[in-house]
Amino acid sequence: MRKRRMVAPVAASLSAALLAAGCGGGGGGVTEATGTLEDPITVKWGEPQTELVPTNSNDTNGGTVLNAMFTGLVEYDPETYEPRNAMAKSIERSDDKKTYTVKLKEGWKFHNGEEVTADNFVRAWNYTAYAPNGQQQASFFDRIEGYDEVHPADPDGDGPQKPPEPTAEKMSGLEVVDDHTFTITLKEPFAIFPETIGYEAFSPLPETFFEDKEGFAEHPIGNGPYEFESRTPNESLTLTRYEDYQGADAGNVDAIKLVVYEKSQTAYQDLQSGNLDMIDEIPTSALAGGRWKEELGDQAISRERLGITTLALPLYDEKFQDPKLRKALSMAIDRESIVKEIFNGAATAAEGWAASSTPGYEPGACGEWCTHDPARAKELLEEAGGFDGTMTLSYNADGAHKQWMEAVAGNIRNVLDIEVDMNPVPTFGTYQDKMDNQEMPGPYRYGWVADYPNVETFLKPLYGTDASANYTGYSSEKFDSKLAEADQAATEDKANELYLQAEKQLGQDMPVIPLFTNMVKGGKSERLSEAVMTPRNTPALTALKVAEQTQ
Amino acid sequence: MGRYILRRLLQLIPVFIGTTFIIYSLVWAIPGNPFAGLCGPRGCPPSFVEQMTEQYNLDKPLPVQYVLYLGQLFQGNFGETFNGIEVSTLIQNAYPVTIKLATIALVFEAVIGIAAGILTALRGKGFVDNLVLAATLFLIAVPVFVSGFVIQVVLGVQLDWINPSVGSDPTIGELLIPGFVLGSLSMAYIARLTRTAMFENKRADYIRTATAKGLTPRRVVSVHMLRNSLIPVITFIGTDFGALMGGAIVTEGVFNIHGIGGLVYQAINKQEGVTVTGVVTLLVLVYLLMNLLVDILYAALDPRIRYD
Repeated sequence: MRKRRMVAPVAASLSAALLAAGCGGGGGGVTEATGTLEDPITVKWGEPQTELVPTNSNDTNGGTVLNAMFTGLVEYDPETYEPRNAMAKSIERSDDKKTYTVKLKEGWKFHNGEEVTADNFVRAWNYTAYAPNGQQQASFFDRIEGYDEVHPADPDGDGPQKPPEPTAEKMSGLEVVDDHTFTITLKEPFAIFPETIGYEAFSPLPETFFEDKEGFAEHPIGNGPYEFESRTPNESLTLTRYEDYQGADAGNVDAIKLVVYEKSQTAYQDLQSGNLDMIDEIPTSALAGGRWKEELGDQAISRERLGITTLALPLYDEKFQDPKLRKALSMAIDRESIVKEIFNGAATAAEGWAASSTPGYEPGACGEWCTHDPARAKELLEEAGGFDGTMTLSYNADGAHKQWMEAVAGNIRNVLDIEVDMNPVPTFGTYQDKMDNQEMPGPYRYGWVADYPNVETFLKPLYGTDASANYTGYSSEKFDSKLAEADQAATEDKANELYLQAEKQLGQDMPVIPLFTNMVKGGKSERLSEAVMTPRNTPALTALKVAEQTQ
Repeated sequence: MGRYILRRLLQLIPVFIGTTFIIYSLVWAIPGNPFAGLCGPRGCPPSFVEQMTEQYNLDKPLPVQYVLYLGQLFQGNFGETFNGIEVSTLIQNAYPVTIKLATIALVFEAVIGIAAGILTALRGKGFVDNLVLAATLFLIAVPVFVSGFVIQVVLGVQLDWINPSVGSDPTIGELLIPGFVLGSLSMAYIARLTRTAMFENKRADYIRTATAKGLTPRRVVSVHMLRNSLIPVITFIGTDFGALMGGAIVTEGVFNIHGIGGLVYQAINKQEGVTVTGVVTLLVLVYLLMNLLVDILYAALDPRIRYD
C-alpha cells in the first residue's frame, strides 16, 4: 500500500502543471479592449541591431519602429509604395536643377509638443553626415553639396589609413530660410531626388535629441503616427497612437506591442493559436510544400519584395575577367526550377537587375542571358577559353541560402562541367567583411533591398564606379555616364527611361548574375481585419486594423 | 568548516580573473570585424566602424582593453551592447526568469526522479521497474528540442491548453511546461541514480541491523537507506542546478523565454564581446558557488566527511 501512495503525488503534480499552464491561454477574440494598452495588438519583432535613432539604424526591426515613429518630407504608401509628400507642403526644383526649395506643412508637432521646423530637418541631416559622429546612415546625404567637407572619403576604405579631418561641421548645401522653409543644394542634379528622401534616415529630430542623446535612445521622440510608450530590452516594445498626428498615414490601432521572438517557428505557432497578431516571416518548416498557405488561409500575407538576390562575381579576380564566362555562368543557371522547386513558387526569376515590381521599371534588360540554355552556355564557356581549377561559391550560413546555392552549384557543375566547391561563411558579419575587403574566393550570393521605390536604387549604389555597395569592383564608363545623364534629366520620367538604358549596359557586361526576387511573406491573426507588409519586408504598423467585435 | 569555506571563496578570485581574461580575449579574437554585419548589404561607412571600434576600445592592445574592461566591471559597469542597452539591464531582466525556470525544472526532476527511483528500488523487478526504465531511456534518447517542440505543438496549437510561448514576465504557471521539458532529461538520470544507489544500500549491513533491531520499515527506508543513497544524487542535482542557472538555450528558444541562455547565445552570434564576457563571468561565479554548496551539503549528509 505504501508504494501506491508514491504514484499519487506524481500524477497530481503533473495535472496541476497542466491546469496552471492552461490559465494563460490566449482567447483570440476581439473585445472592446482589443487594440488598447490593456490588450494591445501584438506583432513579432526582433532586437534592432543598433540604437533606435533614425540616423543610425539600418535593419528591418529598427525600421519597423522608426517608420511608425517618424515622418519625413516624403513617405511611401504602405500598399503601393508610391512616394507622396508627407511633411513637405511642396518641394520645388530650381531652373539649374540643383536646388530644391522645401516648404513644410505648419502645425506639426513632435510627441513632446515641440513644433517641427525646418531647423529640425537641417540639424538632423547635418548631424548624420558629420563623420566624427560615426552615424551609419551618413552616406545617404552624399549627394548634397558640402558633404565631402563634413565627411571626407577614406582613402583606403576600411584600411589602416585614417580619413582626413572634416573641414566643416555643416553641409553648405542646406540652408534654413524661415521656420517652415529650407533649401537643399545638390552637388550635381539628381532628377529623382524628392523620391529618394522618404527613407527614415531623412527624418527630422527634435531639440531634445541634441541635448541628451542617451536619453533619446532610451525613449525616442518622433513626429510620426505612433509614439514610444515603453520598452523592455530583449523582450518587447510598445507604441501608442499619437493623437495629434497631422498626416495622411495616421494609424488605426491605439496600442501596438512588438514582441521579441528568437525563433520564427515559435512566433508562427503563437500566431496560429491566437497568441500573436502578426508575423513578418514564415519559418522554413512551414514553407516546405507551401504548408503555411494552407494553414493560414486568408490570413497569409505575401507580395513581391522590392529587392533582388544575385550571384556576384569577384571582378578583382583575373579568372572572372571575360564577360563571356560570366554569361555562360548565367545561362547555366536554371532560375525557373530553383523558384519552383526550392521556393515553392514564392519567388520570381529575375529578368533584370532590379525587382520587377519597382515602380516605373520594365524587366527584361538581362534578356536571353537570363534564360536557361545549356547548349549556348557551353559554347560561351568555350569561346571564353574554359575555366581553370575549382570554382568556389560562398554564402553566409546564418541565412537560409544553403539549398538554393547548392542548386546553383549543381547547375554550373552539370552544364559547364566545372568543379564547384561550397564555402559557407558562418556569420553575415564575417561575410560582409570579406565583401568589403574584396576577399571572396569566387562567385558569392548577394541580396539587396531597395532604399526607395525607384530603379536607381538597384543601379548606382551597386554598380557605379566606387559606389558605396559596389563590392565587385565593376567599373564601366558607359554605365556611369548613362547614369549621370539620367540624373541630369529634366523630368522624373525621362530620368527613369535613361536609368533603364543604363541597365542595358549591365546586360553587356554581366558584372553580377541576377537570380530571383523572394516574396515578402507574413501572416495575421483573425483579430486583425487588415495587415500589410511593405515590399521592404517590414510590417506596416499604420495599416493594421482591428476586426469587428465578435460578441 | 569556516576556514574551508573562506579558502574556497578566496580561490574564486584567480578563477574569476582567469575566466574573464580567457573569455574576453576569445570573444574578441573571433576573426572578422564585429561591426561589419551591422549595416546590412550596404555595408558600414568607415566612420561608423571607427567610432564603434573606439567605443569598445578595440583600437588598443588586448591587455589594455582587458584592464579597461575590468576597471569598468569593478565599478559595477557591465558595458553596453551594440544597440546601446546596458548589459546590466539585460541581466537584470533575464536572470529572474532563468532562476524561476531552473528552480521549476529542479523541483520536477528531483521530486519525480527521486520518487520514481525509490518506487522502482523498493518494488524490485516487475512491471513498474520496467516501465520506469523504458520511460527514462526514452527521455534520455529524445533531444530537448524535439520533446519541447512536440509538447508545444500538441498542447499549445492542437489542444490549445497552453500558450505556445511564454509572456514577457512569465508566471510560475506559464513556466511549468517549459520547466518540465527542461528537467525531463535530468529527471531520468536522477531516477536511475536513485534506483541504483537504493538497490546497493538495500543489502548493506546497516540496513539489516536497522531492520533487526525492530525499526519500522518507514524509518529504515527514509532515514537510513534514503539518506545514504542520496549522496550521489545530491552531487548530480547540485551540478545540474549550476548548469541550469547558466540558462537553457534550446528550451528558452522553443518557448520564447527571454532568459540568460538566449542572451548569451545571441550575443555570441553577434560577436558582442561585452555581453558575452559579462554574462559568462557571472555564470562562472554562480557555478562555482553551487559547487561549494554541494560540497558543504555532503558534510551535512554524510558524517564521515569532514573539512579542515
